[in-house]
Amino acid sequence: MSEAASVGERQNQGCEHLAHHFDTPQQQFDAGKLGMWLFLTTELLLFSGLFCAYAVYRALHPEVFRYASQYLDMPSGLANTLILLTSGLTMALAVRFAQTGKKIGLAICLFLTICGGLGFLGLHGYEYFTNYRQKLLWGLDYNPTRGPHGKPLTPILSMMPPKVRAKPAESPGWTRLDQLGKVGFIVSHSDIAPASPGPSGAAPQEKIVAIASPYGQPANVQLFFSIYYLMTGLHSLHVLVGVILITWLLIRAIRGDFGPGYYTPVDLIGMYWGLVDMIWMFLFPLLYLIH
Amino acid sequence: MASATAAPHVHAPTDSPGNYLTDKRGIASWLFTLDHKRLGVMYLIVGMLAFFVGGMLAEVIRTQLLVPQGLIFNGQTPQAAYAAYKHYNQVFTLHGIIMVFMVLIPVIPGALGNFTVPLLLGAKDVAFPRLNLLSFWLYVFGTVLAIISTLLGAVDTGWTFYTPFSIQTETYVVVMVLGLFLIGFSSILTGLNFIVSIHKLRRPGMSWFRLPLFLWATYATSIIQVAATPVIGVTLVLLALERIMHIGIFNPALGGNPLLFQDFFWFYSHPAVYIMILPAMGIISEIVPVFSRKHIFGYEAIALSSLAIALIGFLVWGHHMYVNGQSAELDAIFSFLTFLVAVPSAIKVFNWLGTMYKGAIVLHTPMLYAISFLILFTIGGLTGVILGALATNVVLHDTYFVVGHFHYVMFGGTIIAFLGGLHYWWPKMFGRMYNETLARIACILLFIGVNVTFFPQLIVGAEGMPRRYAHYLPVYQPYMVASSIGAYIQLAAFLLMAGYLIHSLARGKKAPVNPWGGGSLEWTTSSPPPEDNFQVAPEIGDHYDPYDYHHLVYDANVGGYVHVDSPGHDAPVYVVGSIPRPVAG
Repeated sequence: MSEAASVGERQNQGCEHLAHHFDTPQQQFDAGKLGMWLFLTTELLLFSGLFCAYAVYRALHPEVFRYASQYLDMPSGLANTLILLTSGLTMALAVRFAQTGKKIGLAICLFLTICGGLGFLGLHGYEYFTNYRQKLLWGLDYNPTRGPHGKPLTPILSMMPPKVRAKPAESPGWTRLDQLGKVGFIVSHSDIAPASPGPSGAAPQEKIVAIASPYGQPANVQLFFSIYYLMTGLHSLHVLVGVILITWLLIRAIRGDFGPGYYTPVDLIGMYWGLVDMIWMFLFPLLYLIH
Repeated sequence: MASATAAPHVHAPTDSPGNYLTDKRGIASWLFTLDHKRLGVMYLIVGMLAFFVGGMLAEVIRTQLLVPQGLIFNGQTPQAAYAAYKHYNQVFTLHGIIMVFMVLIPVIPGALGNFTVPLLLGAKDVAFPRLNLLSFWLYVFGTVLAIISTLLGAVDTGWTFYTPFSIQTETYVVVMVLGLFLIGFSSILTGLNFIVSIHKLRRPGMSWFRLPLFLWATYATSIIQVAATPVIGVTLVLLALERIMHIGIFNPALGGNPLLFQDFFWFYSHPAVYIMILPAMGIISEIVPVFSRKHIFGYEAIALSSLAIALIGFLVWGHHMYVNGQSAELDAIFSFLTFLVAVPSAIKVFNWLGTMYKGAIVLHTPMLYAISFLILFTIGGLTGVILGALATNVVLHDTYFVVGHFHYVMFGGTIIAFLGGLHYWWPKMFGRMYNETLARIACILLFIGVNVTFFPQLIVGAEGMPRRYAHYLPVYQPYMVASSIGAYIQLAAFLLMAGYLIHSLARGKKAPVNPWGGGSLEWTTSSPPPEDNFQVAPEIGDHYDPYDYHHLVYDANVGGYVHVDSPGHDAPVYVVGSIPRPVAG
């Protein structure tokens, strides 16, 4: 930090990038840096809503998270973690090379960072595609054909007595399946669980939460996938924006815009890339490493 | 504020000082301007248009409620009435959305903040002028999206968008929330810009405790804007995705929790109340000492209480949810914190009163607004404490008492202070004076109108009338009619105001450098200021104090205040704070 500041002082020499309302390049650099820190704060808070939703639903439905996490491809998540960590290193090196004026090193590092970002997006896109083929989607679209690790799902509906099977049309509420012994209550008309218990006191008599749905999985698995897609989707969007910004940096770096006297954009986008890295470091264990 | 010894020979530039309004011409020079003052004026124009629309919707609401069955939206059969009352829901929803997101939140930081912050700092512009332009256009595009949504099918959820109704309604919620997302982004960027400006663009010698209090208030507001708005952003995106993709996060039918939406929503929207009121308090802190001709009382207390409000304001959102299924323990904690946040607000009120005490009070229009603010905001604040108490809240929740309370705070507080600030800085913004007599009449008329409108709402709410109803029991009619009459009085006051302000733009008397005798830096440059704010960057002396008025005297020839040592000399001053403040006797 202090080193960066002392390098920033050297920027006082390069004045061609000074905007009219700043007195010194140092003041301009500091303003940009503070602005970027504040922007990163807002980014963190943007994600915090999703982290909060994650915490609430994991506390309410721990069995859903344990079960659904098995669907995710852990090795590919781990590979993505390593890719992003490496790209974080190359970005940090790029900032350093910009500060010291090593233009070839700067261009190579920026290029490697772009490769890392694209590799991450590619691998993650492939994961999305696999999920899509298995119908592991959000909310209403969650309708998998197989269980985790390719195990077949047993359609319990066929095991129901005819009376219960006939019931869905007339009553969309809970149906008790004593025949299954261990199961509490299940939804009889679809594999979507009914409303979560309302405010205390307003909950219906059959408050026991379903621990099994017609396909032998916990109720509300679709919630996990909603959160999974929201968190990783928002993160991937940020990776994409980062790749575009770093490509812009690379073009400017090849043009020779950056040097010890002026490297503010490299520094600020480096900070942004650090945040993108860091958020993934939380997402990976929270989503992939639950059991 | 001038410097006695330095003044004569520092007035180096003798040519015309320049005028930001007229120096550049053409529509593009306005639409793509990077000048914070022009952006402030554009915010003012868009904000006032939004205020006009929102105000007219309020008049529709009050006219509807003149008779128990509804004057505008009603029907002979229950089915017809039900269909008509749906339109009433759309009207009050739009009134709320426009007033909250397009007027109350952006208008003080956007219009008055943009105009004054760099001037008060002694800077040439905000830290990121291009970001400032982007912020303005995001505000405009967001407003346009909101208009499109209204034309397609106006939202009828109430401005709070509570799930699950906002997921089920057939109106165009998605377009509306995307518009509000853009406006929120605009708010974040404005706040970010002000924080960086106040940190990095203070003139040398302008230490933190020499900042005018409006800057402290703006700083506290900006912290809330930066830290709370992203949460409403992600919440609104989730709501939109809920409608488009059925993700189920807030939908109980899909295992989601609608209370989570309320928590997220109020985590932003309660601090948003302080986004609205804190800059208003900043304006009052500027006006009261100038028109009391007396140093501000308790500078540090006012400055730090702004930060206290900003911080505690983040921890009270649960008081909107006492009866919504929150646990009793949480209710008690939120109630305690709500009582706590009233303390710094009260500190401010006492300090303003302390400033006025034994002051030489001048009842010019801005001061009339400041006094109105003190009365109305106190009523609004005290009724807020009643609502923050658990037992009374259960009775008063969702009644007209709540409506009366927040209109006293939002209208009686924010809008009244905004109008005070507008009248205070108007000569600086446009270089023209307005008709003082008409302005005073309008202010008094408005004060009467606000009370006649909202005080009956407090009573009728305490008697049990629920909010948001398109029709009501006949027993409430006298109060409702009184409230509507108050709304028409307000309309008359605003029409009068629009009249004399437009007249001022065209024919107003030319404004002097310092019409009110203010001590902060904006009163040292010409009216209106040049494009770079100051012809020569102001120099801050050792004795600079924005609330020291001892060396300013009224000069009838100039029509404003001048330095005590340079009578008849109405010109910008470039060195301030070279004379020590006399020791109080």
